Amino acid sequence: MSARGQRAVSEGEGRTAPPLGKVVGKEAAEAAGRAAPNVVELRHASLRFGHRTLWEDLDLDIGPGEFLAVVGPNGVGKTSLLRVLLGLTEPSGGTVGVLGHAPHRGSSLVGYVPQQRAFEPGLPLRGKDLVRLGLDGQRWGFQRAGGRRALVESAIRSVSAEEYADRPIALLSSGEQQRLRIAQALVSDPALLLCDEPLLSLDLNAQQVVVELLEARRRERGTAIIFVTHEINPILPFVDRVLYLAPGSWTVGSPDDVLKSETLSRLYGTHVDVIRVHGRVIVVGAPDEPDTALGEAGHPHPHATGLDHPDPQAPAGGRR
Amino acid sequence: MSFAQLLHEHFVHTALLAGAVVAVLAGAIGLFVVIRGMSFAVHAVSELGFTGAAGALVLGIDPVLGILVGSLSVGAVLGLLTARGRERDSAIGSFLAFGLGVGVLLIYLYTTQRHGYATQATNILFGSIVGVNDRQLYVLGAAAAIVLIALTLVFRPLLFSSVDPEAAEARGVSLRLLSVILLLLVALATAEAIQVVGVLLVLTLVITPAAAATRLTARPGLALVLSIAIAMVATEGGILLSLLQSYPTSFFISAISFGVYVVARVTGARARAPARVPVSAT
Repeated sequence: MSARGQRAVSEGEGRTAPPLGKVVGKEAAEAAGRAAPNVVELRHASLRFGHRTLWEDLDLDIGPGEFLAVVGPNGVGKTSLLRVLLGLTEPSGGTVGVLGHAPHRGSSLVGYVPQQRAFEPGLPLRGKDLVRLGLDGQRWGFQRAGGRRALVESAIRSVSAEEYADRPIALLSSGEQQRLRIAQALVSDPALLLCDEPLLSLDLNAQQVVVELLEARRRERGTAIIFVTHEINPILPFVDRVLYLAPGSWTVGSPDDVLKSETLSRLYGTHVDVIRVHGRVIVVGAPDEPDTALGEAGHPHPHATGLDHPDPQAPAGGRR
Repeated sequence: MSFAQLLHEHFVHTALLAGAVVAVLAGAIGLFVVIRGMSFAVHAVSELGFTGAAGALVLGIDPVLGILVGSLSVGAVLGLLTARGRERDSAIGSFLAFGLGVGVLLIYLYTTQRHGYATQATNILFGSIVGVNDRQLYVLGAAAAIVLIALTLVFRPLLFSSVDPEAAEARGVSLRLLSVILLLLVALATAEAIQVVGVLLVLTLVITPAAAATRLTARPGLALVLSIAIAMVATEGGILLSLLQSYPTSFFISAISFGVYVVARVTGARARAPARVPVSAT
């Protein structure tokens, strides 16, 4: 299988003069003593499981304060990419750098919002306990709360979850739980935030809240964000670049360069249509689980409203 | 002998002390067992303790040693198999059934070849707290100290890996290591509880008090304290009641434990009801 990555037109070169919002991010990052020019550096990185190649020859640089969306059909290794950056999975080839070092598990400079999982009713855990675990949950031995309580409270404030942080986590709505998960990921003050389908099972309102929280964090603290998603539309206004993983191939570039018919047709090796309706992107005709590619991709006749979700109550995305 | 006289007997003191030690252990470990939904694994560890005890009887050594060996070895295996906290029912069931089969054979060999007493088997299955001697009490105390020290050390990562395994793994918590540690601690606690309530009633100390506690509070630390307290009330109350009325101690312990659980379910459901009203996500 040939897996040459292709670069969309304006990737890389044009980034010496970043948009205004990013300058703030960079300055904040430098002020925090993070001199490393790139938060993430992948060089010819590849990942194989047995005989199956997920991605190959992947080159990617992510700077401070950059918002990268990772999209593509199921099974192309989006979550695995996050696991590589977390140091949980070894890349099969090439080099991977996170903040100037090889990724190592448990780094407090990398925050992680895993795919949502329901909490068992009756779980003896409050929202604030979940957040606190992000700070010292990995430490053995007896831990005094000390200054940690203030850090936890400030993380909870930053996601405006004060009102329900004392309630049992299992009784909160999925939107509230997701806010607390983000607080948990941010409480260690990471320079890089990895989010795996953070909008899954959230209604439109909650989706917007989550996206705005992440955007605010990136703007104010220069935190780079890698956002794995089936649905790019809710984050489209904030995304700097899109990494599109397709089976055996990938491309990276600005949303306008990647999310167009020529690029995706070349990527998939077959004719793919990218339609823009009311500022939303709809991909039609992508092979391999077409219904999961980008939100509504599986619906050749999108709803007239152009909404991302035919039914906000139904779990979003294509997971079965 | 009257109740008041019995309270001055040495064997009663030993039983109450042993019961207290076991209650602390079972209540503490039980919280993690309940959070991770490992009841079936505990049952398996306990039944394999029976096999170990039967083997010890055949070999003519202390059954407590056999219980420890049986529980610990199956605990280690299950710990490796169930790293992500989701137990593998079929694997556990298969181990359990075979282990029990071997146990039945060993009891048969014990009674026929070594002319042992079948009541020994009954004691292992249903408990014999008043039969605990001083030496066994020391062993209980030592094992309890090990479990409590270990639990204090791993409390935080263990809680993290139990409630939020994906995030815990990303923060550097080794899920497999903690799973093995927990199952070994479960095995030790179970081996202790067997001596009080017997193989078949271990769950009444390892599951029921923790299940009741999680109905009463969502604070992890308080749930731990409540779980231990409920196990303590059940054990000591059961022992005292069996002095008043000579029914099996295990019955009283399980009755108190279950009674608290029912009350906790009812009151806990009421306490949590208002919070079930969905709160707007904005």
